[in-house]
Amino acid sequence: MTASSLLSMRAISKAFAGIPALSSASLEVGSGEVHALVGQNGAGKSTMIKILTGYVRRAEGEIIFDGAPFESRSPQDAQSRGISTIYQEINLVPFRSVTENICLGREKRRYGLLDWPAMHAEANALLARFKIDVDVRKPLLRYNTATQQMVAIARAIGFSAKLVIMDEPTSSLDEREVAVLFDVIRHLKAEGVSVIFVSHKLDELYAVCDRVTIMRDGRTVKSANMNAISKLELVAAMLGRDIAQVAKSATAFGERRGRVGDVVLTATNLSAGHKVHDVSLNVRRGEIVGLAGLLGAGRTETARLVFGADPLRSGSLTLDGSPLAPQAPIDAIKRGIGFSPEDRKAEGTVPDMSVAENLTLALMPQLARAGIVDEAKQREIVEKFISRLGIKCSGPDQKIRELSGGNQQKVLLARWLAMNPKLVILDEPTRGIDVGAKAEIQTLIKELADQGLSVLMISSELEEVIEGSDRVFVLREGRNAAEFSHAQINEDAVMAAMAHGEDTEREVRAE
Amino acid sequence: MSEAQLQSPIVGARRIETTALFARYATLIALVALIIFNVAHPHNFLTWQTLSVNLTQVATIVIVGVGMTLVIATGGIDLSVGSLMAISGAICARIILGKVVNLGEIHFAVAVGMIAGVGIAGAFGWFNGWMITRFKIQPIIATLVLFIAGRGLAQVLTNGDLQPLKIPEFQWIGLGRIGALPGGFPGVPVQVIIMVALVAAAAYALRRSLFGRQILAIGGNERAARLAGVPVAQVKRWVYCISGLCAGVAGLVVIAINSSSDANLVGLDMELDAIAAVAVGGTLLSGGRATVTGTLLGALIIQLVRYTLLANGIPDDYAKIVKAGLIVAAVWLQGQGRS
Repeated sequence: MTASSLLSMRAISKAFAGIPALSSASLEVGSGEVHALVGQNGAGKSTMIKILTGYVRRAEGEIIFDGAPFESRSPQDAQSRGISTIYQEINLVPFRSVTENICLGREKRRYGLLDWPAMHAEANALLARFKIDVDVRKPLLRYNTATQQMVAIARAIGFSAKLVIMDEPTSSLDEREVAVLFDVIRHLKAEGVSVIFVSHKLDELYAVCDRVTIMRDGRTVKSANMNAISKLELVAAMLGRDIAQVAKSATAFGERRGRVGDVVLTATNLSAGHKVHDVSLNVRRGEIVGLAGLLGAGRTETARLVFGADPLRSGSLTLDGSPLAPQAPIDAIKRGIGFSPEDRKAEGTVPDMSVAENLTLALMPQLARAGIVDEAKQREIVEKFISRLGIKCSGPDQKIRELSGGNQQKVLLARWLAMNPKLVILDEPTRGIDVGAKAEIQTLIKELADQGLSVLMISSELEEVIEGSDRVFVLREGRNAAEFSHAQINEDAVMAAMAHGEDTEREVRAE
Repeated sequence: MSEAQLQSPIVGARRIETTALFARYATLIALVALIIFNVAHPHNFLTWQTLSVNLTQVATIVIVGVGMTLVIATGGIDLSVGSLMAISGAICARIILGKVVNLGEIHFAVAVGMIAGVGIAGAFGWFNGWMITRFKIQPIIATLVLFIAGRGLAQVLTNGDLQPLKIPEFQWIGLGRIGALPGGFPGVPVQVIIMVALVAAAAYALRRSLFGRQILAIGGNERAARLAGVPVAQVKRWVYCISGLCAGVAGLVVIAINSSSDANLVGLDMELDAIAAVAVGGTLLSGGRATVTGTLLGALIIQLVRYTLLANGIPDDYAKIVKAGLIVAAVWLQGQGRS
């Protein structure tokens, strides 16, 4: 299979302002090979990819691509030479049509005007390959995030690529769409196109990749055939630990020690917009309640209603027995609720502000005396949380955008912990975070619940919901589908409820 | 090298590359260069008189620029400031001249006139903020409403007539000086003192106050700010109100200098001068990063370039072209500083 090498990056080194990001790293990708590139955040994966695509110049080393020395000056340059990249974030123009997005930058012209029939035909042909059923004349924003992501992938592959780099392509896709994406990857492979696949989800790597390269601290620590390395070996190599040290369970939640107390939050028949219909749930003191469901099941929308981020059409909420009617997030915050959003960059961090300013953003009114922020007190609190949560940063004054995803997430968690909340709502708390930081955050959530904090956790990772939750509410198409507590929680039952909702409930009752 | 050394701020500072460093201090460097150039040319530059003239010229721009900086820091813009200056001037003049009610004692009339002029401009500013937050209208459109209607309103109030206003008790804010010495030092113009006080207060507030942090958080990421409990609508309304108040003060200074209130001319093109000063000063026009002292430096640079060109016999029309060039250079430098 990997007889001929398509890409060979050897002894690549790069330092940013004297701090090494890559030290003699290497990567070999064969023709028609799907190659996994894994490592914790900061391991050097993204620097490696940025050098390959021309965002960053390498300092040392050589790159051979398609049999010739390769030096990319810009992403456009790399693309024109057969290297396409698909990023986590969607880089498309939402207001324009699907066709325009696909043909952006390589529009077809006829008599000096745009040749719409040809462009629509090309877009249709491309999307058919992905089994995406959309009207190419409609604006992209009409379709959900997952579909938009598929359009981005189609667009990249349309460039007759020899190598497609996918940087966490599945983070916003649901299971069905992941399956479609994998079909596409296999199809590309059959056509001789190589894929570099970056993902934190191990199951995906085993499902679709041929080989894997593991990076740690800017070095390549291991390269192996996917079927010759076990999950445990893979994680151990990423973390730089012995296999024995890596826990057997897939998540780091472990045994719960705390006692679950009285009901803290109740939500009764919440309805809003087109996405939430009569949703009811409750959370007890010291309890982790999982909110499961497929993409578009209304999980985030429900959470936002509890937090006052969106207006409620009907239904009621109580907190500690008294009515809660938040008109805006500030009302929920004052009652002791925190909300950590799914999309950290769009809704969580203020990128230009420091770690300290981000961490104390919600606490700020309490830090101010006569309108002036008490900076000594702020620093004290920030330093306490930096050491308590193990936030890796150069200090409270570092800009948050310079931190890794895991550390940004810790800052956002600390933003609420500093408020001493009764309830925190965590929307995808470990999305896009490396394995090490993920385990740390899961452990932290569990410890907080043990100390009496109530947690409402949304996660698309089934094992996180199953191993982490004391109870699970499953939503489907904006309605309650099922509720499981403790012993009842298992993968098959939750998945069945996510997929079939009411049927399962009926079956459960029938038993 | 130990961990502690690695993390010291000195090493952090060294990490900033030369272009970024240049971009950060470009405004200051440009100002110093202009001063050196003028000192080298024999136009009696280094006299208190010259400094005083230049500071007086920029005072109103900077006063308006302070409010504009705060507005731009939230990611907004305020086009109505020039018209609000005209409104403030017209109302103040009419009250002082006793055309509304006869207030008798002149000091009392001046006080009421000034408070009413500035207060009403502030109220209109609040109205801008209300439209922007209540109806989610884009700031450029919402403030365009008063940009157009405001000057019209000022003209209606005065029947379009020029109102002569030779009242020393009032004109002190435009023509007076503080700290004159018998040895010949003429003192610091009152408007310059107002300007410096406003710049100092706003710079301190932006850096240290809860309100300042909230402004920058909104400009940096409005959705995140809202989810962290920042009262976005309230903060924005106050910011536009402050911009209105600043415009009101500037309007009074202008009519005091001119010894008359002319609704057709007071504050004309002021919104553009203020935005230019903010941009040249290094405030990010998309919000989230702002410097009030930068706005002061920006206004001084624009003024000094104009002065330099005029002092060397180059017509004012050319100065406008150079001003545009300065804005382009400032925005370009900002882009360099980012990457």
